Amino acid sequence: MAQIELSAIRKSFDGADVLKGIDFRIEDGEFISLVGPSGCGKSTLLRIIAGLEPQNSGQVHIDGRPVDAIRPSARNLAMVFQSYALYPHLSTFDNIAVPLRMRRLSAIERLPLLGPLLPGRRAKERHIRADVEGIAEQLDIAPLLRRKPGQLSGGQRQRVAVGRAMVREPRAFLFDEPLSNLDAKLRVHMRAELAELHRRLKATFVYVTHDQAEAMTMSSRIAVMMGGELIQAGTPAEIYNHPNDIRVAEFIGSPKINVLPGRIRTDGGVDVLGTALKLACSAAAGECRVGVRPERIDLGTGPFSGTVVHLENLGAEAFVHLAIEGAGLRLIARLADVRHLPAMASSVAFGFAPDAVRIFDPAGKRIELRVEQPERIREPAHV
Amino acid sequence: MSDGSMTIGAAAVPAGAARRTLPAHGSRRTYSAYALVTPAAALMLIMLLGPLAGVIALSFTDYQLGAPHFSWIGLANYQDLFADKVFWTALRNTLAYVLIVVPGAVIAGLAIALLIQSGTSLRSLYRTIYFLPVMATLIAMAVVWEFMLHPQFGLVNGILRGAGLPAFAWLQDRSTALYALCAIGIWQAVGFNMVLFLAGLVSIPKQLYEAAEIDGASSGWARFRLVTWPMLGPVTTFVVVISGIRSFQVFDTVHVLTKGGPSKSTEVLIHTMYTEGFEFFRSGYAAAITVVFLVFVLLLTLVKSRLADRGVHYT
Repeated sequence: MAQIELSAIRKSFDGADVLKGIDFRIEDGEFISLVGPSGCGKSTLLRIIAGLEPQNSGQVHIDGRPVDAIRPSARNLAMVFQSYALYPHLSTFDNIAVPLRMRRLSAIERLPLLGPLLPGRRAKERHIRADVEGIAEQLDIAPLLRRKPGQLSGGQRQRVAVGRAMVREPRAFLFDEPLSNLDAKLRVHMRAELAELHRRLKATFVYVTHDQAEAMTMSSRIAVMMGGELIQAGTPAEIYNHPNDIRVAEFIGSPKINVLPGRIRTDGGVDVLGTALKLACSAAAGECRVGVRPERIDLGTGPFSGTVVHLENLGAEAFVHLAIEGAGLRLIARLADVRHLPAMASSVAFGFAPDAVRIFDPAGKRIELRVEQPERIREPAHV
Repeated sequence: MSDGSMTIGAAAVPAGAARRTLPAHGSRRTYSAYALVTPAAALMLIMLLGPLAGVIALSFTDYQLGAPHFSWIGLANYQDLFADKVFWTALRNTLAYVLIVVPGAVIAGLAIALLIQSGTSLRSLYRTIYFLPVMATLIAMAVVWEFMLHPQFGLVNGILRGAGLPAFAWLQDRSTALYALCAIGIWQAVGFNMVLFLAGLVSIPKQLYEAAEIDGASSGWARFRLVTWPMLGPVTTFVVVISGIRSFQVFDTVHVLTKGGPSKSTEVLIHTMYTEGFEFFRSGYAAAITVVFLVFVLLLTLVKSRLADRGVHYT
């Protein structure tokens, strides 16, 4: 159980800044996902927490104590690597037992021939065996204990790596893209298992991924990183619904959020594609970008129209790709009802509710909006 | 109706044809397989198996180099050999040489490889320096060693005297000559082993060391035991066997520096074979020594393949 605090962490490799001052606090028992495109510095940040990489400046505190001068082995954190990093010459049992043997046995007791003869070694080894078997039972890998990693499937190796991390009850778990080597189906399955594991252990999880779906489905909080900076941290719903930066809005959510060119008028109103939205903001007049999630686009009614250029029917839902004439734009709308798909190349009217809109200034920062009051009052009157 | 019969007829013809051509096709494939194997098989026969059979056959004769006649004498050569004190001395010296040089060259090669790998600068310089003895001609280098080990003006004794230690007549003393040759053997083999170990070290995934560190292997020795040593298993097996075979073949330093002396204290198998075959021209007898030598090399090779089967290699 641990609370991890990062303050002003900076890191550069060969003069290139990878982390540009990260301040972040991970609460005890949280499942935090560090998410971002490749090269955003998320793995480096994780390695700095683990102690595998020294930071150029800034401090890492675990449970209020600075750990910067402490070796990774003494920080009592567990890490699951992308490649799992299992010891190929050791059986599953021995792989899981390594952290226990390293901590509970002295260097002399670990010697190959002399070690087993020492008094007390037997009893310690019995405890280790019981602990490893308990973990194997929990993770459903008890029948695999005698096998070598080379004889295990990707999913099984993944479990062994998790078992090796769990067995010594560390203060926190660090995961470095642990699911990216698995096939899509297994990934979805392991997602649920990891989330369940977190609920059961109630330990602090720090999980690095580039897959926004993993971050959305498992975490209690998501921290979105871009270009060495932490842009936004919040619950999955907050990040999805209230992104404070257009890069966050574009990174989270699949398919990607639709971005339309817009304009803020001098009176604070917002125009999109020549149509005024029933919205107002207090930002200065000028260009802006308007984001609308695919599921918030209503097809069939509305002030805009587009041509259907592509249809993706996934069975439970469908994505309609629309081209907007004259603007050179493509939009994606999600249709929940696949029984009424528009025809290809047909022209479709569409619109969106004012509260579905997020607008961003040219630098990408979100502009606060207020839905115009008269509209709200008038709406119930229609019904 | 006519359509049907036509179809049946049409179908029958290719089926029959196929049945007839299939074995022919198959044997053609067998022929081409043999044809493809022939060059390699012929080369192996001419270069390896033929000479080997020749040597074994020769060891049952009393052939002398240049003699017009020879006769089969059965196992007489071997009887002579096993009754000969020189042979046993040579065998004992060879085994002692192997038992000293193999561990020495393997441990030193691994240690140097680890040092070079853990260093940050001048890696290629060190690699080149330690690899030089492998590239140098051993005969020429043996002459240099002869100077260095010279009892009066040699560098080694100079250093010993400077440190206030007693000097030795290294190559002329019965008690030190073999060990001096062992030292030269180690010096010569270390570079080669180092290069193999370096290649093995480079191929160990870095993440295993990180996992070991996270798992609590805080000391260098613990990480070496947990990751480096087991991961080098396949390389180590190879290095031990290659060093073993090469030290069994020790000849050039012995021939140049001691000629097996003083009083047979550095007599080794290949040198005995050389003396018997090319100085006393007893080719049949020399062939018998060669056969004994080959048995040892074969044993080493068997050990290696057994270890490889046991799964020292990981996936």
